[in-house]
Amino acid sequence: MSLQTFLQHLVNGISLGSLYALLAIGYTMVYGILRLINFAHGDIFMLATYIAFYSVTTFLLPWWAAFLIAIILTALLGIILERAAYRPLRSSPRISIMISAIGASFLIENLAIVIFGGRPKAFPIAPIFSKILVVGDVSISIVTVIIPIVTAIALFILNYIVNKTKTGMAMRAVSKDYDAAKLMGININYIISFTFGAGSALAAIGGILWGLKYPQLIPLMGIMPGLKCFIAAVIGGIGNIKGAVLGGFILGLGEIAIVASSPALSGYRDAFAFVLLIVILLFKPTGLMGKNSAEKV
Amino acid sequence: MLKINDLHVHYGGIHALNGITLEVPENKIVTLIGANGAGKSSTLKSIMGLAKTSHGTIQFNGEEITGKPTTHMVSQGLILVPEGRRIFSNLTVEENLFLGSYLRKDKAEINKDLNWVYELFPRLKERLWQMAGTLSGGEQQMLAVGRALMSKPKLLMMDEPSLGLAPLIVKDIFNIIKEIHRKGMTILLIEQNAKAALEAADYGYVLETGIITLEGPGKELLVNDQVQRAYLGDHK
Ligand SMILES: Nc1ncnc2c1ncn2[C@@H]1O[C@H](COP(=O)(O)OP(=O)(O)O)[C@@H](O)[C@H]1O
Ligand SMILES: [Mg+2]
Repeated sequence: MSLQTFLQHLVNGISLGSLYALLAIGYTMVYGILRLINFAHGDIFMLATYIAFYSVTTFLLPWWAAFLIAIILTALLGIILERAAYRPLRSSPRISIMISAIGASFLIENLAIVIFGGRPKAFPIAPIFSKILVVGDVSISIVTVIIPIVTAIALFILNYIVNKTKTGMAMRAVSKDYDAAKLMGININYIISFTFGAGSALAAIGGILWGLKYPQLIPLMGIMPGLKCFIAAVIGGIGNIKGAVLGGFILGLGEIAIVASSPALSGYRDAFAFVLLIVILLFKPTGLMGKNSAEKV
Repeated sequence: MLKINDLHVHYGGIHALNGITLEVPENKIVTLIGANGAGKSSTLKSIMGLAKTSHGTIQFNGEEITGKPTTHMVSQGLILVPEGRRIFSNLTVEENLFLGSYLRKDKAEINKDLNWVYELFPRLKERLWQMAGTLSGGEQQMLAVGRALMSKPKLLMMDEPSLGLAPLIVKDIFNIIKEIHRKGMTILLIEQNAKAALEAADYGYVLETGIITLEGPGKELLVNDQVQRAYLGDHK
């Protein structure tokens, strides 16, 4: 493999890894605070792309306004999802809330088929996103470069919120101990809503970037990325934000490495995530960066 | 300051509190003693809104607070140091203290309180950047008390602060409680260590399986036959 092919694959891998990381964080944040796998997270991701699609095609908004609206509305949808499907069951057995998550996922997918139609739609791509960058002998689409940059900015902001702000501190406290957090005067419901909003906003950013890179929308497009990013979160150590980012990049780079190493193997790219999950869980059951802490009751 | 009248708490079919009436006057230390499972923690949890009150009323500074959310209690200065410390082990010592002042906006006063906490617990000041989970049991209890003080309590409630600590450290903790009280703090102290609690307290209540069976000034309870037999060992 020549150097420029290698670089090309590397950039692609980083780009795909960024997308996975953005989606994986939502799983890990919600799990950290509710001990719940939000099965509808991939569908939230799908909704973001459709909101952006209709904002541009039906409402004729400029791309930046469409993206902004998609991020805000998706965050709101995440908050509504928690209110409607999870909050009423918060003190029920864990299995009930999990079933509710699966139900919410099916509901969103099927509603999407009814409302948006099952036929694929082409994501509208503004001219500035279809440029090709040529650096030396390497030519890459500008989207492939934008994705990691936007991801880095989003991660930087998230890291700041979680570690440096009062709300972030409260999030970490709530993830440790609900009652003790209440005794500090923290409003648990607000913090949980905030977590869903933030996780969904990141999924929306991921969804929009995904649409720019793979511009074909279908209502079930969230299932496979959702599943893979759940795996990425588990591989990194679910509940750990840095772990989710690490897991996302491992999956993205690994997938591209498989495709690059032999075209014959490219049919197995989706299987890679599952194999990796099994291997890592065999050696490190709590994930790469997970703590060996006992399950919260 | 705090008035509880005929308080009942149920957990499913368990009747944990069966009509408790007690009062904590301003600037006093009141203690509630009783064996394991008597309902001491349930009393405090129900005051804070963490356990559901099934019957009865709780008044704080004249305001009826029964059934209000915990945030409201905290904002009114009703602060609990919970049983088992419940510090946030995944946060630094400094962040734990900071969360104590979560609802407060009075920056200057917060800094004053922080300095007071450092004065009371110099060991916390040396460990500000450490994860709270790495502290020893005694230090964690100090952090739990320090964190509560950062909430600017009007009434400080402590649930078995001496539980599981070495005798020397228990002594430290009780000295701190007295020191805080000297500054004018009203305290409701829950203890299994009845002797130390009654010695420190102005007034005491004895709780047995959800009912208050005895009450009186701390000094009187200390020499009461029933209390001696049940809680102080029979060796006096
Ligand atoms: N969350 C709970 N669910 C069910 N029963 C409880 C719960 N908390 C306490 N109890 C029961 O209520 C009674 C009083 O408990 P508690 O208030 O913790 O006593 P204490 O603090 O005096 O040891 C006990 O019988 C205990 O088993
Ligand atoms: Mg107790």
